[in-house]
Amino acid sequence: MDKNLIIQIIFYGFSTVLILSALKVITARNTVYSALFLVLAFFTCSAIWILLRAEFLAIALILVYVGAVMVLFLFVVMMLNINEQPLREGFIKYLPVGILVAVVVVAEMIIVITNGFGAITEAKASGLMVTSNTKALGSVLYTDYLYQFEIAAVILLLAIIAAIVLTLHHQTGTKHQDPGKQVQVKAKDRVRLVKMDTEKVE
Amino acid sequence: MFLDLLWIVVKILLIVLPLMFSVAYLTYAERKIIGYMQVRCGPNRVGPYGLLQPIADAVKLLFKEIIIPSSSNKFLFVIAPILAIAPALAAWAVIPFGEIDVSTTVAGKTTTTQELLVLADIDASLLYILALTSIGVYGVIVAGWASNSKYAFLGSMRSAAQIVSYEIAMGFALVGVLMAASVYQIDPVTDPALVGKSAINLGVIVKSQSGGFWHWYWLPLMPLFIVYLVSGVAETNRAPFDVAEGESEIVAGFHVEYSGMAFAVFFLAEYAVIILISMLCALLFCGGWLSPFEGIPHLEEWFAWVPGLVWLIMKTMFFMFCFLWFRATFPRYRYDQIMRLGWKVFIPVTIVWIVVLAAAIAYELPPWFDQV
Repeated sequence: MDKNLIIQIIFYGFSTVLILSALKVITARNTVYSALFLVLAFFTCSAIWILLRAEFLAIALILVYVGAVMVLFLFVVMMLNINEQPLREGFIKYLPVGILVAVVVVAEMIIVITNGFGAITEAKASGLMVTSNTKALGSVLYTDYLYQFEIAAVILLLAIIAAIVLTLHHQTGTKHQDPGKQVQVKAKDRVRLVKMDTEKVE
Repeated sequence: MFLDLLWIVVKILLIVLPLMFSVAYLTYAERKIIGYMQVRCGPNRVGPYGLLQPIADAVKLLFKEIIIPSSSNKFLFVIAPILAIAPALAAWAVIPFGEIDVSTTVAGKTTTTQELLVLADIDASLLYILALTSIGVYGVIVAGWASNSKYAFLGSMRSAAQIVSYEIAMGFALVGVLMAASVYQIDPVTDPALVGKSAINLGVIVKSQSGGFWHWYWLPLMPLFIVYLVSGVAETNRAPFDVAEGESEIVAGFHVEYSGMAFAVFFLAEYAVIILISMLCALLFCGGWLSPFEGIPHLEEWFAWVPGLVWLIMKTMFFMFCFLWFRATFPRYRYDQIMRLGWKVFIPVTIVWIVVLAAAIAYELPPWFDQV
């Protein structure tokens, strides 16, 4: 069999699964199912990226989104315990916002597809693609796009600190333990050995 | 084409069958070793020294009925053990077991090159393993939720929080390994198997530790090594971090509703991950298949005949023993203490050591980072 044909079959197979699971994310009545379908969508997406030989991006997608972000998502969804969501609640109310977001996303995709592929061939011409994908990404991220990369990192750090500050409130009267003090405790701080004379029972 | 596929299947079997055998006898070793540590005999009824005990257990579990709770989510309940075992087995695809000489004869001319003994020789193999070990948690979460039981749910919640927390420390420890391995210059003459690979490849990481056991990363990366080993224990939900099972308060945690083979699959996944983490400790920090007598006069020649795979298995066995040793000797951590250890001790330690390591690499500290 032709190798190209196999790649095509794999691509269309994964694409079908990706589109179906993405549709199920927004149509499933059970929120836990939605989250699990999103996991499936991420997974098939990374398989398609591997077909494109973007192995670093594909593995990073699984590591970050499937392995960490979606676990926390599932965590929250399961804790909320909303099993059956009424479908189409406030459908009309959110429709204008939804259409706006959809138009922006489609516009962005068109810009990327019409202009973006030129950049990839340029990179190929400059010899970046010759070395491994991971190496090429790393060398570009820390040289040409250093500022953007660092700004993104700072924004994420800020988000973490903000989330911690929002949930941090100093309660008084908690039985908080100081592990440092616990370690330093000696036997004589807790136990007192008393020497007593034997008493006679009358 | 067909022969290639068949050859891949044979290779997969060559990895999976010994793994299943190891899992079976790891359970035997666990019961026996913990038994001796607690001054008991351990299993000694089935076969000589109880050696057939794992087989008897497997047969028992095979014949037991799989009970699906009536109010459970049936589809997710059945699929959860599969979600647990699939990543545990798939991660083995990129583990290099050593180097082999491959001779190819083209037009009467025989050329011999070295190749890594690995199923899938991909460049980003370390990242792949990190990604796959991180998705093993889905089996636990889905099992806990689908069982529709409070004990199972509590167990899976604890386990999920614990695994996500310790993954960060584990990832940082691996960053240190990558930094150290990136110093290594791949020479196409001496390392034909590694041409075109970067420091993120497990083969490169092992070869970068060559030159005697004091070159292995356990010494220059000592804090990261300890963090990785302890995080590995926490990731697999083993004692002393086994709050996810917590027999005394939540019965058995996420798999309390499972019976028969469904339970056995969870069990298999847990032990396959233990062996995987032990082998990773050996590969990343203890020189993998490199001989411990490398660079020592006389001893090096005496042990030159020992194949690399034997060293790798011996190192892996040591870490597997550590897992059992920890279980027999440490009391269980309290839940808030687990979180404190992960977030407030391990993550700062790894970050500090990454800075120290960066300085050591920048100043080419001998004997580890001066090979430019």
